[in-house]
Amino acid sequence: MPLSTQSQAEEEQYVLVANLDNARNLSNILKAIGFKDHAIFTATPNGLKVTVEDSKCVQANAFIQADIFQKFTIKEDLVALQVNLTVLLDCLNIFGGSTVAGISTALRMCYRGYGYPLTLFLEEGGVVTVCKINTEEPEEPIDFDFCSSNVTNKVILQSESLKEAFSELDMTSEVLQITMSPSQPYFRLSTFGNSGSAHYDYSKDSDMMELFRCNETQTNRYKMSLLKPSTKALALSCKVSVRTDSRGFLSLQYLVRNDDGQICFVEFFCCPDVEVDEDL
Amino acid sequence: MKFRGKIIDIACLNHFSRVVTTISKLTKMCVLRLTPDNLFFVLSGKVANGGVGMWCELLQANFFDEYQMEGVSSEFNEICLEVTPENLSRALKTVQNAKYVKIKLTRKHCPCLTIAAELPTLSSVSRVVTHDVPVDIIPKSLWHEFKEPSIPDFDVSIYLPPLKTLKNVVDRMKNLSNFLLIEANMNGEMKLKIQTDLVSVTTHFKDLGNPPWGEDSSQDGGPSHSRDPEDMAEARVDIRKLQQFLMGQQVNPSKAMCNLVHRNVVHLVVLHEDVSLQYFVPAVA
Repeated sequence: MPLSTQSQAEEEQYVLVANLDNARNLSNILKAIGFKDHAIFTATPNGLKVTVEDSKCVQANAFIQADIFQKFTIKEDLVALQVNLTVLLDCLNIFGGSTVAGISTALRMCYRGYGYPLTLFLEEGGVVTVCKINTEEPEEPIDFDFCSSNVTNKVILQSESLKEAFSELDMTSEVLQITMSPSQPYFRLSTFGNSGSAHYDYSKDSDMMELFRCNETQTNRYKMSLLKPSTKALALSCKVSVRTDSRGFLSLQYLVRNDDGQICFVEFFCCPDVEVDEDL
Repeated sequence: MKFRGKIIDIACLNHFSRVVTTISKLTKMCVLRLTPDNLFFVLSGKVANGGVGMWCELLQANFFDEYQMEGVSSEFNEICLEVTPENLSRALKTVQNAKYVKIKLTRKHCPCLTIAAELPTLSSVSRVVTHDVPVDIIPKSLWHEFKEPSIPDFDVSIYLPPLKTLKNVVDRMKNLSNFLLIEANMNGEMKLKIQTDLVSVTTHFKDLGNPPWGEDSSQDGGPSHSRDPEDMAEARVDIRKLQQFLMGQQVNPSKAMCNLVHRNVVHLVVLHEDVSLQYFVPAVA
């Protein structure tokens, strides 16, 4: 049952069909948001958005545009479904997720509609695997109401520099404090751990800083445990945009380049932990 | 009862050590049977082992430069020892670059397989490392449990796909379920299936080929003659047991096949040039 010979009639039953020559292009980006089991899939003619949430405080979205797929057919304006992400990742990597050039797993992902399983056809080296993942009642993703018009401060960094900072962060600290300011210290990451406080400063003229647009001084704390899952996305990414809005909500947007050089986005929203008095 | 053997060739030593390591991945304890021509590692399919059985056969001449043994009597010229292959494997790994390795059955505080190796040194003084691996001598009255298993009267015999591919698939399926259904037919097709509340996964292999079991084989007429080639035989097994088998395979075998007795047993056979390994996984309901 090679992927290519599926009958037209069978194809017509599905509201969503997405083909990908290299399943890793999907599995890698889903791994980056795989910190909870339940993933909400929202498909529109523009592509696929996959949402994972934790504790109603953090939300991760992976965006895979329609043109990343070799074929992306959707019969409705919006198709929503929810599946177990851990299961989906095991299915996508059923052949081991080989990183060897020239060997890749081809994927066809199909969905018939509400109540039906999400069906994956995977093929590598003439071996075909069919996975039927039962879908769950899709939950409504939290609306963090983060609009670009409310953004107070924004910086864009080469991920390289943030990776370095994150690998050195004191993980005994319960929170990560982010300071963004038009004046000194510009962009500062602080931790308050067992062995004292640490600050990690970025100058606004650093080579690593691609864009620096800060309007007012803002200091917010975010739970380390909520931010930690985002390091998976950071590791994959080449650029990251850090934004905060007037309420202190944090948005981290990671630009991820896949095996074929195409660009996808992963976005994290996190609500602030404690209000910090700005005069402090 | 006497046994002493000496391995000089480093390739033979490495090979022997690989075989022992493979065995150690499959089972904690097994029986080592020594005969004048062969070494056998045996695990009889008892309930205590979860019904898993193993039979690994080595020609001593392919490994040993010197090999002397004297069994319990001239009539029963064999030695049967219960060993922990992990211990043997560990001892052999530390003497990988030895000039020679001697393996000897000794009586210290308890019966031991003593592995003595001369390691290379820069000075003129030689360095000899000795490992004593405790073993249990198995009395003749129990030997009947460790006879070569007869090849089961299988319904389907099929070549296995590349073990690496199989391992990848089985590893993932193991994350999703505890049991795996193996289906195969005489048309070279094999399916691996799992089904849980969350997901059902089926991997289809085809064009695997079916080993020719000729008229001279122990099968009366073989499985293929009366059977519809499309007809699937199946067995549901504990995934961990299958995974264990695949994990242990360090070298690609020259042949690997699977014999299925419908809803009864999965018999896996791996053939290398000078080693053959059979593994029995019982089917579960």
